Amino acid sequence: MNFTIAMPEIFLLSTICLILLIDVMLREDCRMISYLLTQVALLATALLAYGAMDGDKTTGLNGMYVRDDLAGVLKISILLLTFGVFVYARKYLKDQNIWQSEFFLLGLFAVLGMLVMVSANHLLVVYLGLELLALSMYALVAFNRDDGRSSEAAMKYFVLGAVASGLLLYGISILYGLSGKLELPEVLAFVSAQNVLENIPLLFALVFIVAGIAFKFGAVPFHMWVPDVYQGAPTAVTMFLGSVPKLAALAMLLRVLAESMGTAQPGWGQLLLVFGLLSVLLGNFSAIAQFNLKRMLAYSTIAHMGFILLGALTGTTQGYSAALFYTITYAMMAAGGFAVLILLGRAGFEAETLDDLKGLNERNPWYAFMMMVFLFSMAGIPPTVGFYAKLSIIQAVMQAGYLWPAVFMVVMSVIGAYYYLRAIKMMYFDKPEENAPIKADLDFTVLISVNGVLMVLLGIFPSALMSICSAAMVASHL
Amino acid sequence: MLDLPILSFLIWLPIVGGMGVLIVGDRSGAKQFALGIALLTFLLSLPLYTGFDLTTPDMQFVEFIPWVEAFKINYHLGVDGISMPLILLNTFMTVIVVIAGWEVITYRVSQYMAAFLIMAGIVNGVFAALDAMLFYILFEAMLIPLFLIIGIWGGANRVYATIKFFLYTFFGSVFLLISLIYLYQLGGSFAVADLHKLPIELTPQILIFLSFLLAFGVKVPMWPVHTWLPDAHVEAPTGGSVILAAITLKVGGYAFLRFAMPIVPDAAAQLDWLVIFMSLTAVVYIGFVALVQQDMKKLVAYSSIAHMGFVTLGFFVIYALAAKTAANPLAMSSSVLAIQGGMVQMVSHGFISGAMFLCIGVLYDRMHTRDINAYGGVANQMPVFAALYVLFAMANTGLPGTSGFVGEFMVILASFGANPLIAFAAATTLIVGAAYTLWLVKRVLFGDVKNAEVAALKDIGRREFWMLAVLAVAVLLLGLWPKPLTDVMDVSIRHLLDQALNSKLCSGLAGGCP
Repeated sequence: MNFTIAMPEIFLLSTICLILLIDVMLREDCRMISYLLTQVALLATALLAYGAMDGDKTTGLNGMYVRDDLAGVLKISILLLTFGVFVYARKYLKDQNIWQSEFFLLGLFAVLGMLVMVSANHLLVVYLGLELLALSMYALVAFNRDDGRSSEAAMKYFVLGAVASGLLLYGISILYGLSGKLELPEVLAFVSAQNVLENIPLLFALVFIVAGIAFKFGAVPFHMWVPDVYQGAPTAVTMFLGSVPKLAALAMLLRVLAESMGTAQPGWGQLLLVFGLLSVLLGNFSAIAQFNLKRMLAYSTIAHMGFILLGALTGTTQGYSAALFYTITYAMMAAGGFAVLILLGRAGFEAETLDDLKGLNERNPWYAFMMMVFLFSMAGIPPTVGFYAKLSIIQAVMQAGYLWPAVFMVVMSVIGAYYYLRAIKMMYFDKPEENAPIKADLDFTVLISVNGVLMVLLGIFPSALMSICSAAMVASHL
Repeated sequence: MLDLPILSFLIWLPIVGGMGVLIVGDRSGAKQFALGIALLTFLLSLPLYTGFDLTTPDMQFVEFIPWVEAFKINYHLGVDGISMPLILLNTFMTVIVVIAGWEVITYRVSQYMAAFLIMAGIVNGVFAALDAMLFYILFEAMLIPLFLIIGIWGGANRVYATIKFFLYTFFGSVFLLISLIYLYQLGGSFAVADLHKLPIELTPQILIFLSFLLAFGVKVPMWPVHTWLPDAHVEAPTGGSVILAAITLKVGGYAFLRFAMPIVPDAAAQLDWLVIFMSLTAVVYIGFVALVQQDMKKLVAYSSIAHMGFVTLGFFVIYALAAKTAANPLAMSSSVLAIQGGMVQMVSHGFISGAMFLCIGVLYDRMHTRDINAYGGVANQMPVFAALYVLFAMANTGLPGTSGFVGEFMVILASFGANPLIAFAAATTLIVGAAYTLWLVKRVLFGDVKNAEVAALKDIGRREFWMLAVLAVAVLLLGLWPKPLTDVMDVSIRHLLDQALNSKLCSGLAGGCP
């Protein structure tokens, strides 16, 4: 058997075990070593994933695993984003006195789960990766175990997540019952031979699978967990949960729906259309009513996920690559936005509400500018990258003939602009309520600056990332 | 000289300079640095005029760099006789605005200066963009500095005003985005020149035209989507009001000429009555609204809406004229006159409204109120200021010899050929406009000294004098001798008329639609 196809995952797993062993022997004041090892492991895995990209599509491990450029791009994005998120998280964990290596180890396990999902060529492997990710995330959400809200959020997440996994698995089992196949290419062969809209059992399976995927995205009507979990989880975990796993969710969508059931697009496209439009509607309107910033960003995430679903529903290469571009850039802005929240917190104080942003421009103009860039980018105002993300989605949606959904999307983005503007208003137009100095280590400061500047640079020169995304789709025959 | 990428300099010098000002921070020297950048930008824009070829309707000073290849978006710049004067207006007014904020702004000075410089660069880009998506990006980006200017340095109710301003204009422009993407899918290009040639059926043309009308009409602003403007003007700092009135309103008018009329001429011809009706409503009704204002800035803001009504009236009356071409051989030259009138009115209004807001700013800095009733007899204490103020007020009413007269006269003259009733309605502005402006002048400047605060007023200093005097010269020069401006525009306007009056319906074309 050829194991090299799963080289990055195998390497990551071995390093996780190694870090676990080392960490047991470390004294409490040497946690830094585990942290550094974690970061090195992420970067090394990213290098391995980069080395594995050869423009080809190869399957291995008895057809259960696939290595292609799409997987490569997604893996590198996941690993680098996690690297950044962990840099941000370090300040939070130290401030809130939960500086424990378990955060990084659970995070690594979640990353491993995501990598498996990204490279899965078999429905059960998708499920395995998903569960590894989900179980690690449940534990992470409950990470601050003495905090009632954190435990409540974890409980809610766990119960609803388990139901969603059940839905997905049920859908997969119906599909298996119909076709007798689980490998994605063979499922595709089966589905292609069917008249999807007439085949009720197949549609039944499809509905369950789409429901499971929509839950992972947090799209309406499976969005109930998002605001509560975002608010209840420690901010570092919210940041991780709100950025990186979106890439894995997209990978699942691309593998399961686009790759193995691409010919069933008339079936699942309708579902995604409804879910996407509802998400954009509900996410934007509910976000207006929020004063808790984490909750506001949670609803804004729902709206953004609506955009991604709408891009993916087109079933075209252009739509898929637009969705990929959107997801990567969204994950970056979300991480940046939460990082500013972490930045505003300090020992014994967590920045959570809109009021905590007040007067940031007077306290520190540069961080205020960075936050403004993140917010404008989420609102989709040029010259930030969020504009190109929205442009490419809308372009793809219109290309596929959905003119009125596109009009609906842009009108909703005007509604969305309101609450982002309100946050900017707090930073720039209001007087600060407190003047505690904003302190951060050099690595944090550099990273958030790079993150913010990147939002503008990618907004001015989006070509490179765009062509990476579409090349990945083309190489993976999507 | 011609090989220098002047337009790129005009865009990027103020933007990079503005960032430099931010880095310098609130230390001494930030203002001087900002003024230097603004002056340099203005000087750099002069070669656009001196090196301009009057004989060709083609784009000049063209720059072309492929940019986002996935969407065939190009960094494509160039100017013709329509956009070039507006760029000069912008660079000129930016210098004035920097000087206007010199002593007045004490809070976060460097950010203030930087915002205006960056704004100037973006607006230059808007006028020079020959790629629709580049235009759109800059059109949107323009909102950010102005949003911050009003919100940070504005008056008491600034937050409401600035968010209203942002959402209003953003709402208008997203429909522009949809239309542009639609056009891209139809023709496979975002180049403005390609869009001008693209044949389109009538129904899509009408939808596209309505979206253009929404996007640009909000910007102009046209009645009934004008309500953001008085709020924004009242709350904005003086510099913000000047830029808003003198520059950003012009973007809307310019966009009608560059996009709406040549890209969807048939829809424009079908719906010209709507735009003419909206314009006349702005001229007449908003004029009366201005009459009852108690707030000086609000009064000038409403008068801006009325004056911009002339601009859109001048642009769209050509369709009413074209309908009469057979009967009236003068229609073509009347059409040229109408559009020229609209353009002259835009430039002139840039000077006059800018000057009016500066005058109000001068008073506000001393008295900290904009309420007309708080003033009276200012001329006794500030004779020099009063002389200049009266001049601008006269220009605002359209007195012959000032620039305000030229544009309005041309538009009225041209619309007479289309329909005397239109001309009649438009000409009422000469009465209503005179009424509200002169009444304002009477109440503020003349009469006895009203109270102790007015009695304590000091006349304008050297900085304020020169800032207003330069504008006064511009107003008089354009009023007495508009030929340099009209000459520059003439060829481009004829070319534009050619595009705006010829049908683009597929049935009218030899090859049909692609």
